[in-house]
Amino acid sequence: MSLDPSPAPAIELVGIDKKFGPVHANKNINLTVARGSIHGIIGENGAGKSTLMSIIYGFYQADQGQIRINGKPIVIRDSQTAISSGIGMVHQHFMLVENFTVLENVVLGVEGGALLGRDAARAREELKRLQKDYGLEVDLDAIVEELPVGAQQRVEILKALYRGADILILDEPTGVLTPAEADHLFNVLRVLREQGKTILLITHKLREIMAITDTVSVMRRGEMVATRATAETTVEELAELMVGRRVLLHVEKGEAKPGPVLLSVKNLTVKDSRGLKMVDNVSFDVRAGEIVGIAGVAGNGQSELLEAIAGIRKPSSGEILIDGQPVAELDAARRRELGLAHIPEDRHHMGLVLKFEEYENSILGYHRDQRYGRGAFLDLEAIRKDAEDKIAKYDIRPPNPRLKTANFSGGNQQKIVVAREIERDPKLLIVGQPTRGVDVGAIEFIHRRIIERRDAGKAVLLVSVELDEIRSLSDRILVMFAGKIVGEKTSEAGEQTLGLMMAGIAA
Amino acid sequence: MENFDILVSILGSTVRLSIPLLFTALAGLFSERAGIFDIGLEGKMLAAAFASAVAAYATGSAWLGLLAGIAVSILFSLVHGFASITNRGNQIVSGVALNFVAIGLTVVLGQAWFGQGGRTPQVSGEGRFSPIILPGADAMRDVPIIGPLYANVISGNNILTYMAFMAVPLAWWVLFRTRFGLRLRAVGENPGAVDTAGISVAWMRYRAVIVAGFLCGFSGTYLAIAQSAAFINNMSAGKGYIALAALIFAKWRPVPVMFACLLFGFLDAVANFMQGKSVPLIGEVPVQIFQALPYILTCVLLAGFIGVARAPKAGGVPYVKER
Amino acid sequence: MTTASVPLPNWISYGLIPLLNLLLAFFFSGLVVWWIGESPLEALKFLIQGSLGRGDAIGFTLFYTTSFIFTGLSVAVAFHAGLFNIGSEGQAYVGGLGAALAALALDHYVPWYVTMPFAITAAAIFGAAWAFIPAWLQAKRGSHIVITTIMFNFIGAALMVYLLVNVFIVPGKMAPETRTFLEGGQLPKLDWLMALFGLKLGPAPFNVSFLIALVMCYLVWLLIWRTKFGYEMRTLGISPSAAIYAGVPYARIVIIAMLISGGLAGMMALNAVNGAAARLQVEFVAGAGFVGIAVSLMGRSHPVGIILAALLFGILYQGGADLSFEMPTITRDMIVVIQGLVILFAGALEYMLRPAVVRIYQQFAKG
Repeated sequence: MSLDPSPAPAIELVGIDKKFGPVHANKNINLTVARGSIHGIIGENGAGKSTLMSIIYGFYQADQGQIRINGKPIVIRDSQTAISSGIGMVHQHFMLVENFTVLENVVLGVEGGALLGRDAARAREELKRLQKDYGLEVDLDAIVEELPVGAQQRVEILKALYRGADILILDEPTGVLTPAEADHLFNVLRVLREQGKTILLITHKLREIMAITDTVSVMRRGEMVATRATAETTVEELAELMVGRRVLLHVEKGEAKPGPVLLSVKNLTVKDSRGLKMVDNVSFDVRAGEIVGIAGVAGNGQSELLEAIAGIRKPSSGEILIDGQPVAELDAARRRELGLAHIPEDRHHMGLVLKFEEYENSILGYHRDQRYGRGAFLDLEAIRKDAEDKIAKYDIRPPNPRLKTANFSGGNQQKIVVAREIERDPKLLIVGQPTRGVDVGAIEFIHRRIIERRDAGKAVLLVSVELDEIRSLSDRILVMFAGKIVGEKTSEAGEQTLGLMMAGIAA
Repeated sequence: MENFDILVSILGSTVRLSIPLLFTALAGLFSERAGIFDIGLEGKMLAAAFASAVAAYATGSAWLGLLAGIAVSILFSLVHGFASITNRGNQIVSGVALNFVAIGLTVVLGQAWFGQGGRTPQVSGEGRFSPIILPGADAMRDVPIIGPLYANVISGNNILTYMAFMAVPLAWWVLFRTRFGLRLRAVGENPGAVDTAGISVAWMRYRAVIVAGFLCGFSGTYLAIAQSAAFINNMSAGKGYIALAALIFAKWRPVPVMFACLLFGFLDAVANFMQGKSVPLIGEVPVQIFQALPYILTCVLLAGFIGVARAPKAGGVPYVKER
Repeated sequence: MTTASVPLPNWISYGLIPLLNLLLAFFFSGLVVWWIGESPLEALKFLIQGSLGRGDAIGFTLFYTTSFIFTGLSVAVAFHAGLFNIGSEGQAYVGGLGAALAALALDHYVPWYVTMPFAITAAAIFGAAWAFIPAWLQAKRGSHIVITTIMFNFIGAALMVYLLVNVFIVPGKMAPETRTFLEGGQLPKLDWLMALFGLKLGPAPFNVSFLIALVMCYLVWLLIWRTKFGYEMRTLGISPSAAIYAGVPYARIVIIAMLISGGLAGMMALNAVNGAAARLQVEFVAGAGFVGIAVSLMGRSHPVGIILAALLFGILYQGGADLSFEMPTITRDMIVVIQGLVILFAGALEYMLRPAVVRIYQQFAKG
């Protein structure tokens, strides 16, 4: 197949349109991907990339539009159709059965006959060949949950290839990988391209696009806004296309005036449920009147660090001091009483109870405060009044404290969280991904609030995977890699320097 | 020697009492391994018992009784599937609901049709599954130790008993050596993986609950027209829950399921035997202790004091495609 | 999929859809009646007459209602904390032990209103105690509370039979039950309340525990929607991860919510043991704990909804008893079928009608 010199593009999308209720996820998308190329699709979170790929893979049906594979129009009703049309997908969250072996995972759905035994040997032969051809080493008899993440991803790629995929879609494949694993992945992708496979790479990381793709398309708010040959574009141009205007590189802010230490982390180690060190012997201080940013590729321990400080995750060793007080044994509520506020990375699962009315969320975590009711009881009037004040001050829309929180937009939901945490006037604010999935207007608003904290002489610890955000807000930047802090820079440090540190290459 | 006779008699009734548990626990195994919790095993067993008794009475054929039991039990499974697979309802609520429907409906229909307060008329002869004497059982009876064991424990059971024990390796083989079993286990662990592999999660789970219904058809039939000769109100008497306990106790694995069922059957047999008897030194042991033991043991296991019972990961969670 | 995210007005979500589900349950119940050759409408007539037609009928209906309010509240409190307590049946059973002990200890010496607070407390404590181990296992060891509460129903049943047969039985009697309480251990009937409406209670065991149940409804409402503990419970019930974020102590909430749930279930014994039978009998709960599941589901775990749903089941239980006299082909077990169908349609199939309702609603909203 791969040697067939057919001139037809591998994938053509014509006028793809998809709505989820009121959300217009994909608007009239047109896309052409040449055979034997690596095509990048870039866009912010929520731009509609994943929805588009799910349509190509038959997970959803487009409301309108046509898909052509190798020039032939096809209707992809389900994943089965996609697979038989030669499309394979590597999902962001791996679709693996964790207590199965690699072999069992690969053959699931294409087992051959009704009995496993006879066909397993043949599958094993075929997989050995694929592994050799594409450099996809992994022990076929290993149990998947015991494999490192990079190896699990190779299982996903093997799965797709074993099903005869000529077109491979990878959804944010490096988000969970170490730099070495990412390099390995890119080598595999290059080999695949040489063998005539077509690759669609979905990412929000500009660096990857520049490093590996031949062509790149940019998505913004459900629309496909541009397609470029990678060699003829620049990071700046792509970034501008993604956001829709010049990237916010500098937020106006004055000189930092650091005061006493408000947060002190000493030799902190946090292990995950499998006993792997997610945070490895980390020490640092955050002073009053400064913003300390933690930069790093997602999955290098920042989330766990933040959760350990917030009291959500138990550290296995080390000390955390808030304003001089050791807090390792205190729960999240006790830490709040000491002046900690926490804007969590995941507002849907942590920061908000989506089924609550807005005013109920405006006290989440502070509900035991005497301001919201004496003793055991809640004072609903006081709470609603308080919520209304915050709604006015933060311009939360619609301005209705009795509305269910799920019915607010992403940006307004985040404002509910920000208002709640900041209006307590905390000594120490810790923030995770403050602008993820938030519209541009709200981003600026939230950034300004964070800087106001600093200027009011409070301490801020900021974790973000958006390097631009870290650089424009932080006074000091700590870079995390593989659970360790590998270096500290000022905000003047170049993107390249930081990027290398984040990749674990330079300190 | 007298003690040995007692032992043989207890072992004999252990086998007989564990059969309904075994079919039912295997039914739960298929359902729960596919990610569908099944509190409704009790109800399915009861409904099947009623259906088999009615059909056996009407036709005079035990086999047609079995067929009716299976059919009705599968019907209940399909309702459970409709609620928990198609409509993504709460699986526990659905199971509880079906148990009530079964308890009530069997008596209502039984009373309306036969007017004996919910009981069905006695069936006999071909309408029942009768004990089968294995070759040489009588001849061996006098051989010490092996003889009585062969004659009273291994021989002299009805065909369903032997089928139950054959169902154990068969269930293992289906779950671990066939394509169907691989997909079934996968759908109970990570339905997303099954969906992206191009297999219908819903259809896979429906097939699993149908298998569960099929097996409960056997256990109900066993109660009504093998162990007894008629349907009696609420004759499953919590056996569905004991089977569920056995399934958990066996950590969702077929061969341990068999041993768990035998253990719980043994406790039941001992309880029956101890009724009104007194033990030297201890005095009369209340039978309630033996009745409660399966439940106590299961709680102790669930507490993680004897190994960790790892339930199928996607169990109880309706499958929704992620956006 | 797309209809799931469409917001509906409250009167549809909490009024119309539950009502439609209920009607479906009754429709299928009617089919069963029709199937066995009786007229569903005729049966309905007997059912209503038998439960609401006379003073004593109403008394019996309200007697059942009282039990179901207690068990419905029990299931609802656990629900709000995200726990499915199937063990109300066993908790009520063991609660009966507490209620009976209070009565047996005091009935010789004091009038009923002195015994009552002790009986309430003891019933609640015994019910709560029976919920404690499953709660502790869930909170500390992660053992599935659905399974453990089922197990504890059976363990409780075995324990109570043992106690009644071996400990409490009156020497020389056959029936495994305690002696009959004197008046000081009973809860008086509410004849005066019925008389206010010009009705005669007759032999119906409608008693003071009805008023206790209503007070509990108010207290549960207060607990869930007006206290900080209730707020924490609801946070945990809806979003366990948000609860961790907010510093809601998981183990504490689970254990306390289950103790309250078990306590409410235990109080059901006041009605059956102190109010009606004046003695502790084997299996006096008679499924009321399980009816609580249906009541809570139908009542959307809200005390007002629970009162209405409990009343409905009261009507079914009393009317069903009468119906089986009038139409001997329909046994009392018909109620159990209806109960199962209500749980099925109001609980497991609660989303079945939603997409259709959403579509119709959107048509109307547009047009």
